[in-house]
Amino acid sequence: MKLMYFAWMREHIGSAEETFDLPQGVATVAELVNHLREISPGHAKALSNMEVVRVAVNQSYADLETRITASDEVAFFPPVTGG
Amino acid sequence: MTVRVSTEDFDAAAEMASLAAAGDDGFPGAVVTFTGLVRDIAGDSQITAMTLEHYPGMTEAELNRIRDEAMSRWPLSRAIIIHRIGRLMAGEQIVFVGCASPHRDAAFEAARFMMDFLKTDAPFWKAEERDGEVSWVDARESDNTARARWQQD
Repeated sequence: MKLMYFAWMREHIGSAEETFDLPQGVATVAELVNHLREISPGHAKALSNMEVVRVAVNQSYADLETRITASDEVAFFPPVTGG
Repeated sequence: MTVRVSTEDFDAAAEMASLAAAGDDGFPGAVVTFTGLVRDIAGDSQITAMTLEHYPGMTEAELNRIRDEAMSRWPLSRAIIIHRIGRLMAGEQIVFVGCASPHRDAAFEAARFMMDFLKTDAPFWKAEERDGEVSWVDARESDNTARARWQQD
C-alpha cells in the first residue's frame, strides 16, 4: 500500500511517502498504525498520539476503525491549518 | 475554474467580475467575496513569511465537496474557491472565497460556510517563519467551533 505523511509527521518520519506491504491479518487503520510504529523511532514518534493525527484512506477522511486493503492509499497528517 | 490550488497569485477583482457576470438566469442580485492575507503578526511575534503544504488530489476533492455542499444548501448561481500554496510573504493574498446569488443572505452565509469548512477540512498546513526559525502552525479550537455552528440547524 501507499503511505503518505504531511507537515510535522513527514519531518518526524523523514519521507513524504513510502510503500508498505500490508501484513496478513491487518484489517483496520488502528492495526496498521501499530505495525507502522515498529518501523523506526521517527514513525513511533509521529504516530505516538493519534488524538492529534488525522487519517485519510484513498483521499477521504477516515478514522482508526476504517477497514483497509493492500491497494489503498493511506495518509496521516496533523489537523489542517489552511485558510 | 471554480476550485483552484496554485502557487500563482490571483486577481480578486477579476474573480469578483466573473461572479457578477450574467448567467442563464440573468445577473445575480448579490456577490460576496472574502480574501485572506498572510498576517505579519502571530501572537506577539513578527512573521516574515509562511509556507503552505497540501495534499494534492485530496485538497481539490475537499474544496469541490465544500463548494458543492454550499451550492446545494443555498441558491447560488456561482461559487469560487482559490487557495495558494508554496512560500508566501506577509501581506500576500492566500485564499479567496466568493459566491453569487439572487439574495444577499444566501451569499453572505454561503461564503462564510465555505471559509469555515475550508479551515477545518481542506488538507493544507502552514509553517511560519520568524527570526529565521520555521514552525508548524497549530490548529485552533475556534475553527472547529465555527464549523460546528453550521451543523446545529
